[in-house]
Amino acid sequence: MFSILRSLWITCMHMFHKRETIQYPEEKIKLATRWRGRIVLTRDPDMGERCVGCYLCAAACPVDCISLQATEDENGRRYPEFFRINFSRCIFCGYCEEACPTYAIQLIPDFEMGEYNRQNLVYEKKDLLINGEGKYPGYNYYKVAGLAIGGKGKGEAENEEVPVDVKSLLP
Amino acid sequence: MATLYIDNKPYDPGTGKNLLEACLSLGLDVPYFCWHPSLGSVGACRQCAVKVYKDADDKKGRIIMSCMEPVTDNQRISINDVEAKEFREHVVEWLMTNHPHDCAVCDEGGSCHLQDMTVMTGHNYRHYTYKKRTYQNQYLGPFINHEMNRCIQCYRCVRFYKDYAGGKDLDAFASRNQVYFGRHEPGTLESEFSGNLAEVCPTGVFTDKTLKEHYTRKWDLTTAPSICQHCSLGCNTIAGERYGELRSITNRYHGKVNGYFLCDRGRFGYGFVNAEGRIRKPRVNEVETDKQQAIDAVRQAIVGQRVIGIGSPRASLQANFVLKALVGEDHFYHGVSDNTHNLGELVIKILKEGPVRTPSMKEVESADAVLVLGEDLTNTAPMLALSVRQSVRQQPLKHAAASNIAPWNDAAAREFIQEEKGPLYIATVHTTKLDDVATRTYRAAPDEIARLGFAVAHFINPAAPGVNNLSEAEVELAQHIAQKLLEAKQPVVISGTSCESEHIVRAAANVAWALHEKNKQTGIVLTLPESNSMGLALMGGHRLHSALDAILNQHADTVIIMENDLYRHGPASMVDEFLKTCRKVIVLDHTQTPTTDKARIVIPSGTFAESDGVLVNNEGRAQRFFQVYESTDVIQESWRWLLTIGAAIDHPRLTKWKNFEDITKALAQEEPLLKGVDHITPPASFRMAGGQRIPRESHRYSGRTSMNAAINVSEPKPPEDPDSSLSYTMEGYRGLAPSQMIPFFWSPGWNSIQSVNKYQDEVGHSLRDGDPGVRLLEPRGTKATYFIGIPEQFVPRKGHLMAVHLHHIYGSEELSAWSPAVATRIPQPYVLLNPVDAEERNLKADDTFNFDIEDQAYAMPVKISPDMPQGVAGLPYGLAGLPYVECPSWCILKTNMSWKKEVYTP
Repeated sequence: MFSILRSLWITCMHMFHKRETIQYPEEKIKLATRWRGRIVLTRDPDMGERCVGCYLCAAACPVDCISLQATEDENGRRYPEFFRINFSRCIFCGYCEEACPTYAIQLIPDFEMGEYNRQNLVYEKKDLLINGEGKYPGYNYYKVAGLAIGGKGKGEAENEEVPVDVKSLLP
Repeated sequence: MATLYIDNKPYDPGTGKNLLEACLSLGLDVPYFCWHPSLGSVGACRQCAVKVYKDADDKKGRIIMSCMEPVTDNQRISINDVEAKEFREHVVEWLMTNHPHDCAVCDEGGSCHLQDMTVMTGHNYRHYTYKKRTYQNQYLGPFINHEMNRCIQCYRCVRFYKDYAGGKDLDAFASRNQVYFGRHEPGTLESEFSGNLAEVCPTGVFTDKTLKEHYTRKWDLTTAPSICQHCSLGCNTIAGERYGELRSITNRYHGKVNGYFLCDRGRFGYGFVNAEGRIRKPRVNEVETDKQQAIDAVRQAIVGQRVIGIGSPRASLQANFVLKALVGEDHFYHGVSDNTHNLGELVIKILKEGPVRTPSMKEVESADAVLVLGEDLTNTAPMLALSVRQSVRQQPLKHAAASNIAPWNDAAAREFIQEEKGPLYIATVHTTKLDDVATRTYRAAPDEIARLGFAVAHFINPAAPGVNNLSEAEVELAQHIAQKLLEAKQPVVISGTSCESEHIVRAAANVAWALHEKNKQTGIVLTLPESNSMGLALMGGHRLHSALDAILNQHADTVIIMENDLYRHGPASMVDEFLKTCRKVIVLDHTQTPTTDKARIVIPSGTFAESDGVLVNNEGRAQRFFQVYESTDVIQESWRWLLTIGAAIDHPRLTKWKNFEDITKALAQEEPLLKGVDHITPPASFRMAGGQRIPRESHRYSGRTSMNAAINVSEPKPPEDPDSSLSYTMEGYRGLAPSQMIPFFWSPGWNSIQSVNKYQDEVGHSLRDGDPGVRLLEPRGTKATYFIGIPEQFVPRKGHLMAVHLHHIYGSEELSAWSPAVATRIPQPYVLLNPVDAEERNLKADDTFNFDIEDQAYAMPVKISPDMPQGVAGLPYGLAGLPYVECPSWCILKTNMSWKKEVYTP
């Protein structure tokens, strides 16, 4: 008898607990920054596209839902000509983010991507590219790569000597 | 049998190798950079260190460079010894101290030997905290990109470019840790083999610039084994596609044909597949239609009509054969000039009925004396020129071997050899790029070259007919050549059709036959004009001129022209008349040509990348190329179009054939000279273990659920291949494919092209289950009847010049000329004269020179070269727009232009 009353008591006390249920969609859930949701392409601190079209995200993707084509601007800077993610296939595993050598592709805490039409789940670069650095501020791949691009010549990257003078035979 | 103990396990290493070769041949992984199977060892990179022990009791051992150590009997070595491993890890770390953080933007990434070796040695973190060395890059032309920061100073590039390929404009500069590999100034690399730098370079210093235009990683390419379409040698290639576009051609190792290398025409000539001028839709009366309407139009055009078919030396055997079957044997014509037709028949007669065998390019490499008659090999058959360049090292290498220097010990052998060269004699109209390694050269008009050849044959064997009226110098030269050829163990005579002279080919045959009576190891190599010239010649068919007669005499009224631009094979006036007289002209081709412009019905056929087919190279080796990708348009193989047409008209023979295999079987049965072509590859029903196909795509192939999603999010069913055992997907057998069907070279830990060593039975030898292709021509005869009919001495005529064709690696071949990268290297039309001839006519360089050849009038800028024989004028062969003319022929010099004629001016 006592145990029944105790159970009732405990159950009723729940009425006064903090609610776990939230009134979605009126109320939004708070997600950790590490949460793996919608995929975005970020920009470097100079607002240049971070993605250099290296194809590593596409290769890492277990469902092969990323396709892109690398191209180069007139200064030799690589960027994706197109970048497409088929979110109807994406499993949000985050391997692409792990594979990315330039912090370009990032998974962000946003899952509100429902669509009535499956075709609308195909995101192109214009849908993916954001005007920000995302979770990894400050990193600029071209500042550490040896490749010369517009505004950065040979020997001007971090940790680089000035270019060798080939005609010098000095020891 | 020698025994080699590696980590205490006994192995049979074979003989004559160094330790590195032996270990790789046994399937063991030893990292290396500077060693290359074709370039030998120099011990520069220190990466292949292993431990060697004195005997079984020696526990300490000592570290040596495995590439510099010959294998000896009962040798004991260790690859996995801790000290050796640590040594290799340090070496790679040193090499990486200056390597930039570039992999993401480097074209080599994913097929990089440096990546592979770094992973193999286990180095992952950079301890060196100082700054990285940098270099300025150079512009190296339209083929090769330069990114010098990535260099690890292995010296492979200059060893290939200078030492192996004879290039002069790439070298090592500066000193100590600042060594620079490049040209003395920025500019286009001159060598015809510069593209190989992209494969020879273990990292991304030299990369393929045409691939950069539409960059794709190796793992993302859909690849298939293919055959180069740009000359008669039939080099094996790997063709790679992505997003419906052909993106790269890389070498496919073949132990007999092309080895590890390709020429630049073959590597960068693929652009025609993606060119703007491609025919992508059927056209009827100049209006684009769909497939069904095109077939209906063709049916109407041919039913009840007398139809003739014109084949092509650049179309596959299958395409030519189906056309022949469609129109009937009596109505099938070779789409080549009558002279080329005769030359083709002559070549087959020599190779089939003569006693002398035609060696492969690999065998030419090991020849110890070579005579070249009339061919400028670098421009007509580039890879053969590379083989000939190696042949001059054979005799010196033997001398080095006598002093105990193994041929693989490259630096020592070159030091020993110095400038010594084996015998190579070149008789051509003008200078060639091989002249720098030739013992003696001879420059004269084609008939004179033939006379020299006949004279050499006579001096070798007096039974061969002799030559009258030779000058003393010519007699001395002929005797000298005869003597050196007789002294050689493995002499080879090389000639071909580029001079368009039967005399020269006959002279070459006489030399080879005369030699054969003294030395059974003699070989003869004859080059042909196009990729399937040999196959077409083996197939039987009538001359092009009789096609013209058939139409003009009203024996026929409709013509089907397949993959052929008749304006390249006959004078414009003749072709114009022919096409005008035909009631209906149906053309199947992939590229817009002057012939397709005049056609009533144009059918879009596939290029080699969209087709299956067999080509026969100049050696008589039938080799198959596989379709790389399904075209999205109505484009399909010529033979498949013809089968569809055959079905539409209920053709009794064509309706029986459904696919590639049916055609090939019928072909092998009906064509006596092509017996065996159905055994080149396993049948289409062939499957690997567990019934699996061989995938064209790597297991890392990406984006397949996304690449077409922009059009439709529901993925289409992948295309199925009815013609081969290859699949168009990444699913299938992951082990070694049969050697005929290797779509790409890859092995765990070996992502770069260097993985080919896993596919060979011994490093640098044949592929594991034999080199692909079937040789169709083996000599039947035992004793030759010498050719007689020696041409008269060439005497310049007053007011005339003898016009001869000069070939160009870029421009003389039709298809590669459509590739944007190759197009930038094509020379402007010119006429080349001897200074004496030019002075006689008051001409200076770049002046316009007016002349007639047969009906065609020309006004061309003059170039002057003292190496041009007197009385001879050189015209570039086959440049787009340059009217066809049969050479050698007399050109008549004009002072004023005749007003009636259309004058060709470039």
